[in-house]
Amino acid sequence: MAQPNVVIIGAGPAGVRAAQTLVAAGLRPTVVDEGMRSGGQIYRRQPAGFKRPYQALYGFEAKKARAVHDTFDDLTTAIDYRPETLAWNIAGNTLHLVANNVADTLDFDALILATGATDRLLPVRGWTLPGCFSLGAAQIALKAQACAIGRRVVFLGTGPLLYLISYQYAKAGVDVAAVLDTSPFSGQLRALPLMASRPSLLAKGLYYRAQLMLRRIPVHSGVTPLQIEGESTVSAVRFRGATGGVKTISADAVGMGFHLRSETQLADLALCEFVFDETLSQWAPSADADGRSSIPGVYLAGDGVRILGADAAEITGELAALAALSDFEMPVSAHQVEILRHSRERMERFRRGLAMAFPWPALLARVVEDDVLLCRCEAITAGELRSSANCLGAPELNRSKALVRVGMGRCQGRYCGHAAAEVLAHTRGESLQDAGRLRGQGPVKPLSVNTRTGVR
Amino acid sequence: MAAPVNNKATDVIIVGGGLMGASTALFLRHRGRSVRLIERGLVGQQASGVNFGNIRRQGRRLDQLPLSNRARAIWQRLPELVGENCEYLCSGQLRVSYEAEGAQDLEAYAREAREYGLELEIIGPQSLRRRYPWLGHDIILGSLAPEDGHANPRLTAPAFGRAALKAGALIEENTEVQAIEKSGEDFQVQTVSGDSFRAPIVMLAAGAWAAPFADHFGEPIPLVSRGPQMGVTEPVPYRIKPSVGVKTRVPGETVYLRQVERGNIVFGGGMRNEVDLETNRVYPRPEYTLHQLPLLRRLMPGIEKLRIIRVWSGIEGYLPDDQPVMGPSDKVPGLYYAFGFSGAGFQIGPGVGDVMAELIATGASSTPIDSFHIRRFAATT
Amino acid sequence: MHGRFVRVAEEDRPKVELYVDGRVCHALEGDTVLVAVLSQFQHLRESEFGDGDRAGFCLMGACQDCWVWTPSGDRLRACSTQVGSGLSILTRPPGEDIWPNPT
Repeated sequence: MAQPNVVIIGAGPAGVRAAQTLVAAGLRPTVVDEGMRSGGQIYRRQPAGFKRPYQALYGFEAKKARAVHDTFDDLTTAIDYRPETLAWNIAGNTLHLVANNVADTLDFDALILATGATDRLLPVRGWTLPGCFSLGAAQIALKAQACAIGRRVVFLGTGPLLYLISYQYAKAGVDVAAVLDTSPFSGQLRALPLMASRPSLLAKGLYYRAQLMLRRIPVHSGVTPLQIEGESTVSAVRFRGATGGVKTISADAVGMGFHLRSETQLADLALCEFVFDETLSQWAPSADADGRSSIPGVYLAGDGVRILGADAAEITGELAALAALSDFEMPVSAHQVEILRHSRERMERFRRGLAMAFPWPALLARVVEDDVLLCRCEAITAGELRSSANCLGAPELNRSKALVRVGMGRCQGRYCGHAAAEVLAHTRGESLQDAGRLRGQGPVKPLSVNTRTGVR
Repeated sequence: MAAPVNNKATDVIIVGGGLMGASTALFLRHRGRSVRLIERGLVGQQASGVNFGNIRRQGRRLDQLPLSNRARAIWQRLPELVGENCEYLCSGQLRVSYEAEGAQDLEAYAREAREYGLELEIIGPQSLRRRYPWLGHDIILGSLAPEDGHANPRLTAPAFGRAALKAGALIEENTEVQAIEKSGEDFQVQTVSGDSFRAPIVMLAAGAWAAPFADHFGEPIPLVSRGPQMGVTEPVPYRIKPSVGVKTRVPGETVYLRQVERGNIVFGGGMRNEVDLETNRVYPRPEYTLHQLPLLRRLMPGIEKLRIIRVWSGIEGYLPDDQPVMGPSDKVPGLYYAFGFSGAGFQIGPGVGDVMAELIATGASSTPIDSFHIRRFAATT
Repeated sequence: MHGRFVRVAEEDRPKVELYVDGRVCHALEGDTVLVAVLSQFQHLRESEFGDGDRAGFCLMGACQDCWVWTPSGDRLRACSTQVGSGLSILTRPPGEDIWPNPT
C-alpha cells in the first residue's frame, strides 16, 4: 500500500514516542494536539519567554522531560504537526478537527489516541468555592505560570501527585498549611512490596514525604474531608483525622485530587468497546497488550487508556506505534516489542501498588451529603442524583443524566462522573458496574457556533 | 379503578413506551381500564426523548389541528396530571422566512389555520427587528403563534409513565416484544424473555419499530426511520423567549432553536441521519452539525458567540406523507395504532393518548383522526 | 482587594494591561487570562445556577469552569487564552444590548 496515513492525537510522552517510532519506520504521521506546545500535562512546557531551568520545573524528571521535548522538536519537520487543534469528533475513519474556529477533516488509516488524563475528583462540601482547584491545576499554575494558587495552601486527596505537588509548592517557598491524605497509612505500608517493582519511583515518593516532614508541614493520613469552608472564597479546610478528632486548618486555597482519570471521549466516539476493571473500579476502553482497541485501526496509548504514568506512556506510545506498523505488515522487531511489554508489566504492578496504597475513597463519594454539589457545571446536588434513582426510577447513569442533568454541563461529566457512579450504585444497592458510565457525546470539548468549514 | 383479575391479563396491552404509549396508559387508567405497557428499554428513551421539544400547533397539517388543540389543553394541565411541568414554557413560537415563497407559505397558513382556532400574527421585517432584535437581519417575514411554546422531552414521557404507574398501570420496562398473535377474542403478546401477556385490546405504539407488527397483521406501511440532528449550547442568560424556526422550501435549510430557562439553546434541523434498526444505533454526523452552524448564525447572529456542548440523535419513525398512523386497525378488531409521528409527535402526544384512550374505551373519538387511518396505505401493497 | 494567585518566579517579563469589568489589570506577557485575572482579583465568573462565584478549577481546559465574557459578547476560556494588550473581559454576563443583540 502507499504510505499509510497515521494520525496521533496528543503530543504528551505517549504521542511523542508514537510519532518518533513511526517516523523511524519511514512514515510521516500527523500529530494533533490541543496545547500550544508539546509535552502534554506532566511535561507541560512553560511559555516562550519564561526562563526557569528544567531542574526547577520538573525536578527528578528533568532529564526525561527534556528528552521528550527535544525528541518532539527534532521531529517537527518529519511530521505534520497541528498544535492548538482540537479533535472534536470522529466518524468511521474520519477525524473532525477544529483550529481557530476553522473546521477540517482528516482521514486516517490508523489512529493513535494518546489523549492523556485529568485529575479524578469527588465532591467535598465547598469544593466549588473560588480558591479550590484540582491538584493538576496547582501544578500547572506553578510549572507553566510560575504562580501558586494561593498564599496558604492545603493539599487534599490521595495518590502520588498529592505528595509531589505539596513538595513542589513547599520547595517554591509557598506556605503549605497541610497535606491531607484520605488513604490510611497502613495501606501504604501494605503496598510497599508491589511498589518496590519500581524502586526509583518509590524512593522519590519517600523523598517527597521526608522533605515535607523536614519542613514541618503537617501530613495527615486516613482523613475524612468534611468541608472546604468559606463564604465566597476558601478560608479553611475542616476534616476528621484518622483517630476521629475534627480539625480545621485555615487556608486561602485548596488543591484537590484523587489520582487521575483517562480522557476517553474520542475512544468512545470512535465506538471502542469499554470494559469495567474490577480492580480499579473503573471503566476503560479495552486494549490488548500493545494498545489495539476493539476497533481495527484505532490504537490507545498513555494515560488516555490506563493511568500508568509518564514513563509507561512513553512505552505504550511506542508499543501502539509498533502495533500499527505490524498491522500494516511493516517490519517490526519482535524483540523490541517484548522488552517494551515487559517494562509495561512492571509498571502495571506498580500501578496496582499505588491503587492499594492510595485507594479511591469510594465510601467518601457514596456518603456525600444530599445538599453538596456533585455536578459542578450544572450545580446538581448529590440529593438530586439520589432522587433520580429513588423517585424517578433511573437504573443507570445515562438515565440519571437525562432526568436530573448530572453530566449535562460543559465538562460533560469529566469531574462528576466517577462520584456520580458511586452515589447511584450506592443508592440503588447495586454494583458500580451496574451503575454504568456516561456515554460519550460529541463534541469532545465545546465547539464554537462560529466554526467555519475552511479549506486548509 | 379495577385491578386486573389475572396478573397476566389486562383490558389493554400497549406495545411501546414512548409518549404515545405512556399517555394512553394514563388516560386509560382514568377511564378505569386495566393496562399493561410493555417497553423494550426505558419509557421515553427513543423519539419521545430526543426530539426538539417544540410544543407547537403552528405549522402542522391542518387536519392535525383539532388533535393539536386537544393536546394543548392537556399541556396546560400538566402539573395536575403528571405532577410536574416538564419545563413547559408557553412563550410563543416564531416561524420566519428569508424569501418570498416561504413568506407566502407563512401567510397562507395563517389564513387557513384561523378556521381551526389557531390565531397567528404575521409580522413584517421592521416589527420583527423591533420586537426581536436578536433575529437575523435578512428575515423578511415572521409568523408568531403566541400560545405555542416548548418543553423538555427527556422529562415528559417518563413523567407520564410514572403517573400511569401511580394510577395503577402495569409497566414492563426492559421487556422486548417478540410477537403479537390474535387467537379468538384475545391477543397474546410474547416477549423475548419468554413471558406471555393477554388482552382483548392491543395498541401498537412502537414508533420506528412498528412496521413488522403491522405487517404481521396484514397492514404493511412504508415506515422509515431517521435520526434528527440535535445539539445544545452552553447556558447563557435567558433572553430568547419564543421558539424559533425557519420556514423554507429548500431541503436541508430548516433549522430551529429554543432557549430553556436555564439558558441553554437547543437546536436542530438541517439533515437527518441514517438509522440502523438492527443495532438501534444512530450517530449524529459531525458534518451535519457543521452544516447547521451557518444556518443558525443566519437565524440568530448572536448564537455565533456560543459553544455547542453536546450533540445527539435518536430514532424517529416517518411515513411518506409525514402523517402518523393513528386509529383502529382496518383488519383486526381490537387492534389499535399510534405511531409514525414523523418528527412532529411531541406536542400532540398527550392529545394522542387522550384520544386513543377515548377511542379504545368508547369506540369513537370526539376529535377527528380519520386522516391518519392506516387504510390509506392499503392501496400501496 | 488583592489577588488570589501569587507569583513565585518569572516576574521579569514585559508588562501587559488588560481590563476586568472595566478596571485595569496588570499582567505579564505569557500569563493566561485566568492567571492574570486571579493575580489581582478573586473570581472569574458567576455560576449560572446560583451557587456563587467561580474561579476556574483545572487550569487545563478540561473542566470548562473558566469561560468569561468580553464586552463585545465574545466568550473565551480563560485558562487556555494568553493575555494580549488591551484585552477586556467581564466577570458577569453582559446586558441584552451586547448579547444576544448584534452590535
